[in-house]
Amino acid sequence: MGLFILRRLGVMILTALCLTFIVFWLTNLGPNLEKLAKTQGNARMSDEAVVSWLENRGYSQPLPVKYGQWLGVLPGYVIEGTDRETRARCATPGQPIEEASSFCGILQGDWGFSTVFKDEVSSIVATRLGLTGKLMLAVMLVMVPGALIIGVLAGMREGSRTDRSLSTVSIITTATPEYVSGVILIAALATKAFIEWDTIPFKGTATAAMDDANFENFFLPVITIALYGMGYIARMTRASMTEVMTAQYIRTARLKGVSFPKIVLKHALRNALIAPFTVIMLQFPWLLNGVVIVETLFNYKGFGWVLVQAAGNNDIELLLGVSIVSVFVVLITQLISDIGYVFLNPRIRIS
Amino acid sequence: MEPLTWTGAVGAFLNPIFAIIVGLFVIALIVQLVLGLFAPAMTLQANPDGTLAGRGGALGATETAGKYLFLAVIALILVYVIAPLILPYGMVGIIGEMSQRFLPVWIALIVTFTLSIIYRRKLGLYGKLFDSTVGMIGFGIVMFWVFTAVFVGLFDWIATHDYLTQVSGLKNKTPGVPVPEGTVGDIPHYLLGGDNLARDIFSRVVSGSTFVIAIAPLATIFAFMVGITLGLPAGYYGGLLDTVLSFLANLILAFPVILLFYLLVTPEIVQTGIPSYMAAFLFVFPLVFFGVLLNSRYYTQPAKRTAILVPVLGILGWLYLSIINQKGTVIDFLPAWMDLFDITILVVFVSVVFVNAPTVFRIVRGLTLDLRTRDYVAAAQTRGEGAWYIMLWEILPNARGPLIVDFCLRIGYTTILLGTLGFFGLGLSSESPDWGSTINEGRKLLLIFVHPALPPAVALLSLVLGLNLLADGLREESLKD
Repeated sequence: MGLFILRRLGVMILTALCLTFIVFWLTNLGPNLEKLAKTQGNARMSDEAVVSWLENRGYSQPLPVKYGQWLGVLPGYVIEGTDRETRARCATPGQPIEEASSFCGILQGDWGFSTVFKDEVSSIVATRLGLTGKLMLAVMLVMVPGALIIGVLAGMREGSRTDRSLSTVSIITTATPEYVSGVILIAALATKAFIEWDTIPFKGTATAAMDDANFENFFLPVITIALYGMGYIARMTRASMTEVMTAQYIRTARLKGVSFPKIVLKHALRNALIAPFTVIMLQFPWLLNGVVIVETLFNYKGFGWVLVQAAGNNDIELLLGVSIVSVFVVLITQLISDIGYVFLNPRIRIS
Repeated sequence: MEPLTWTGAVGAFLNPIFAIIVGLFVIALIVQLVLGLFAPAMTLQANPDGTLAGRGGALGATETAGKYLFLAVIALILVYVIAPLILPYGMVGIIGEMSQRFLPVWIALIVTFTLSIIYRRKLGLYGKLFDSTVGMIGFGIVMFWVFTAVFVGLFDWIATHDYLTQVSGLKNKTPGVPVPEGTVGDIPHYLLGGDNLARDIFSRVVSGSTFVIAIAPLATIFAFMVGITLGLPAGYYGGLLDTVLSFLANLILAFPVILLFYLLVTPEIVQTGIPSYMAAFLFVFPLVFFGVLLNSRYYTQPAKRTAILVPVLGILGWLYLSIINQKGTVIDFLPAWMDLFDITILVVFVSVVFVNAPTVFRIVRGLTLDLRTRDYVAAAQTRGEGAWYIMLWEILPNARGPLIVDFCLRIGYTTILLGTLGFFGLGLSSESPDWGSTINEGRKLLLIFVHPALPPAVALLSLVLGLNLLADGLREESLKD
């Protein structure tokens, strides 16, 4: 078990390094840097001015060196620029070059500075992650129990009318991406287009929910994300439930005369929930997509919204920070799902 | 001109009946659901004289009621669809006129279904689809959009106005608004209203279908070619090749899709030429696939092999060069007369293929791992068949069931991805009528004007739902074998 976790951890770190390198490479391509120089310096810069601007700020170093500095395993650059000013990667504004530390990268906790929000990347990411965490928590609280109940109800009597209706419902929810269900839900529940509400029950924006989330302004974004993931988890739960219900020990229990509800609750449920656990954990990357769409649609300024802002405004350092966090969220959930699966499934654990 | 109402003069007396019947149907459905949880399932009881009788009870009664109510609902919907064909313009309102516009689609659907149902025993898996209700409904919805896309794209039939023309005074006007005198168009109304730039929403939505129907299946086919060509050897040989390829696939899968899109689909990245190189890499796989497929089959008959391989590879190679060769990008070497077409949204196409390929790879690899231990593979190995022959002509045909099902699901997923790209305004021009961009345009004023955003949303939902139902029907039928 220990060796298994160690190996998974090794692969995870390797994957993280590769992924961050790819993101770093893509964000540091020539045209992106040129755009950065023009937005930070002067929009009418000549080509030579752009080159010297980039050279003075260490952007013209070879890619692996830049990546190493950004990661914090190579010492940060100290460059005497063409304009006779010496700049160091690690010097904060106003700090003399000599006092600056030699290493400053992600590993040292220095995430850089956002050009859009004019703030430290780490603090932006932290606050926005908090807001998105709130959203995700609410989504999980709605989605997981809902999906498991639907899946178990559908799977306990395969082929019955309940099964067919619930399966159709889960197919419909998986076929509705967030930007479709969000639009339909807002139109139906947050405007008077279909139903002549006396008072409109829900708000079509969730901006207010950032400080004070209540049922009125938080319900629609949460249900929009939850619906899309719900169908998929429900289908997996149903598949695993039907498989368990045909197992030998369930037949034995039935022949013994155990009542049906008792069979479902005591014998089937625990075994049927192993597979959905992995699926739920692997849903996190998908939820991340949903979060970006829903936060844009409902104007909830969380992590997904920051991703859109950073990518849309060529905010390189912020985009890198956001990418790291999302890549790590994905990888850690994969790790947990692997370990959890082994841990929950006695057949694998013992062998 | 008077504005159109939703159902016009006919609706005035048809609507109440429709509402009552739909209400009853919904009640019957809910009662059935609730009863289904508690009441015992309907069973068959053998009578002493050897006949069987259904022992339904209350559940059986609601089931019968539900069935007849459902038929009544269908019949009424048919009235709404057929009546406008006979009655003069505008009598059945917006619904009627839309149905009238879709007339070629209805005819094509009826012909397809009649022919398919008559010859369904001779049509293999496709014919079996018509044994499953779910599959038929799914197939019907999908074909509806396919025919719409074909008729709009090739003959310019269904759309009522030009999807780019702005008519002054119709900005954000509600459905059924009359257009000013002298406006170019087939009918004097905007059936689904005008959007925020005063363009006809109905025409935009039907024109948007051509984009999805053209790109989504094609991108999925390319993703399958890549996934199959890499997944088969990974599963068959295993070892280092498998480890490396699986690692790369997991690497791409660990990227949140939207982040990947934001990194890949930007004008700056297009400028560097990365999408062109990716296209050159990804689109070579169909060539490899067909080359190896035919070569391994006719390896023992060199004359026949050359006769088949040369024209196939020649045509595919030409198509390949025309696709990757684009004016103004890094890959631009073909003379103009050889370049068949220019895809302006190559970057969208490439990124969608890129995102889908690793998942296909994983599925194919898993299936291969399972199938390579079968007896027929061992038999082929004993016969001395080559590895690629076994992979492509022994393993792949036997993996077709799950792959066909996944193909349908994946087209739906690709449709969602294309919509996502449009929703974030990535890679597509803002005038493009595709559904994602139209939803994005509409959502900005969603709290004030609902009508611009809803039709594309419903269209996208119905297409993806149709594909999912189709996949479900196919899975059900292929499991019966």
